[in-house]
Amino acid sequence: MTEAAATPTQSKDQPIKASELDPKFKYELVKMHGSEKILKCFQCGTCTSDCPVARYSDTYRPRTLIHMAQLGLKDRVLNSDTLWLCAACFTCTDRCPQDVEVASVIRVFRNLAAEKGCFPQVFKDQAASLLESGYAYKIPELRIKKRESQGLPPLPKGNPENVRKTLKGVKFIEKIQKPAGEQQSGQ
Amino acid sequence: MGNKYLIFLGCAIPYRVSSFEISSRKVLAKLGVELVEMPEFNCCGLPLDPVSHETMLILAAKNLALAEQQGLNILTLCPGCAGTLKKVNKILKQDKALKEQINSHLKEAGLEFKGTIETKHLLQLLKEDVGLEKIKASVIKPLTDLKVAEHNGCHILRPKEIIGFDDPEDPQTLKALIEATGATCLDYIDETECCGAPSVGVSDKVALALARDKLNHVKQVDAQALITICPFCHIMYDTNELRIEKMFNETYGIPILHYPQLLGLAMGLTPEELAFNELRVNASKILKQLTQGANKQ
Repeated sequence: MTEAAATPTQSKDQPIKASELDPKFKYELVKMHGSEKILKCFQCGTCTSDCPVARYSDTYRPRTLIHMAQLGLKDRVLNSDTLWLCAACFTCTDRCPQDVEVASVIRVFRNLAAEKGCFPQVFKDQAASLLESGYAYKIPELRIKKRESQGLPPLPKGNPENVRKTLKGVKFIEKIQKPAGEQQSGQ
Repeated sequence: MGNKYLIFLGCAIPYRVSSFEISSRKVLAKLGVELVEMPEFNCCGLPLDPVSHETMLILAAKNLALAEQQGLNILTLCPGCAGTLKKVNKILKQDKALKEQINSHLKEAGLEFKGTIETKHLLQLLKEDVGLEKIKASVIKPLTDLKVAEHNGCHILRPKEIIGFDDPEDPQTLKALIEATGATCLDYIDETECCGAPSVGVSDKVALALARDKLNHVKQVDAQALITICPFCHIMYDTNELRIEKMFNETYGIPILHYPQLLGLAMGLTPEELAFNELRVNASKILKQLTQGANKQ
């Protein structure tokens, strides 16, 4: 694997300019739930070398993403497609010698990207289903009816009305609830 | 609270993996574990965590608050749900300010998270509450000649700080439970590796390559079946096995069984009762072997 391929969203023809660095980004991250310990990362690379996804992907490298965030390359991190490849298996979290909780840091990056409207379509579908039915997947009527013939009790109610009530004021939910045209679409 | 649990199904199992629910209920009934149905539950929150941590916290806390009203602990069949409910229970009990913030959301639906109950996954319940001895005693048709491999998956073990009932680097629980049925559990390389399911939809290529390597390793040790305890891992291998075979020009024919299906067979339940007909990868070869073995005895 070449060095260029090992660096997500950044290739040789994209030099880093000082103007794109946000020196305060890492301090914002320290205050956020999940990425409090990002400054403890000393770039040993345990996360990347033990990551099952990194073994099969030419671009997903958790160590590099954390390094980029420490340097202040906020936009490159948040616009990175590869961010969404993390399988949240928590191997990196369990093995990090500095206790950085790497998977949670990646989750914080994703949450920040989603706030900007950068996220895969699959999450929009799941959120829509959640608000409509209380479940993340739209369970077909046929499946629900079949339960009886399978000797299974009825499915608990998802109570979507209460789900919507409790999610009032949550930024991401408000964003996807905006009528089409007003919202920034997912990728 | 004894051997009585509120059963939390989550979304994936009623959506796509009813064989897991059917076989689990049958086996738990035989073991004397009483399941109480909830009139209301919603998504545990995990699927939305990547895009909104706050949404996940609220959804999980809402489920916990509903269960607290019943005064019963939760049993889940999905490790993702178990991990999420455990994690949020722990975080909110430790962080008073966050608990207040989340409770201000729950108040809109007349609910309050207090932190009075616990959540266990089926595997943890079988290990800690039912116990290996009782499971061994329930076996009337030991699966003596059957050689299988285990696939724990990630969320049943990690993060260790939250889950904690087994060692993620060298897990023993599922192995011991498999051997309690009389079957042999074979070791193979990458046993604790991820199945790849969470990457489906973002990059099928990466996800299927991960699953393929594990299936190759399971095949190399001549396992007759792969035993799972997670709906997503099961979908990844059972639903996708044919697709992986075609894509990479491989042949596996390895049936993927839910652990309760394996235990159920050893308890004398029939393949029909255990919803074997819902499996995509045909398991008739091992079922035939077991019937022939039983006739010989």
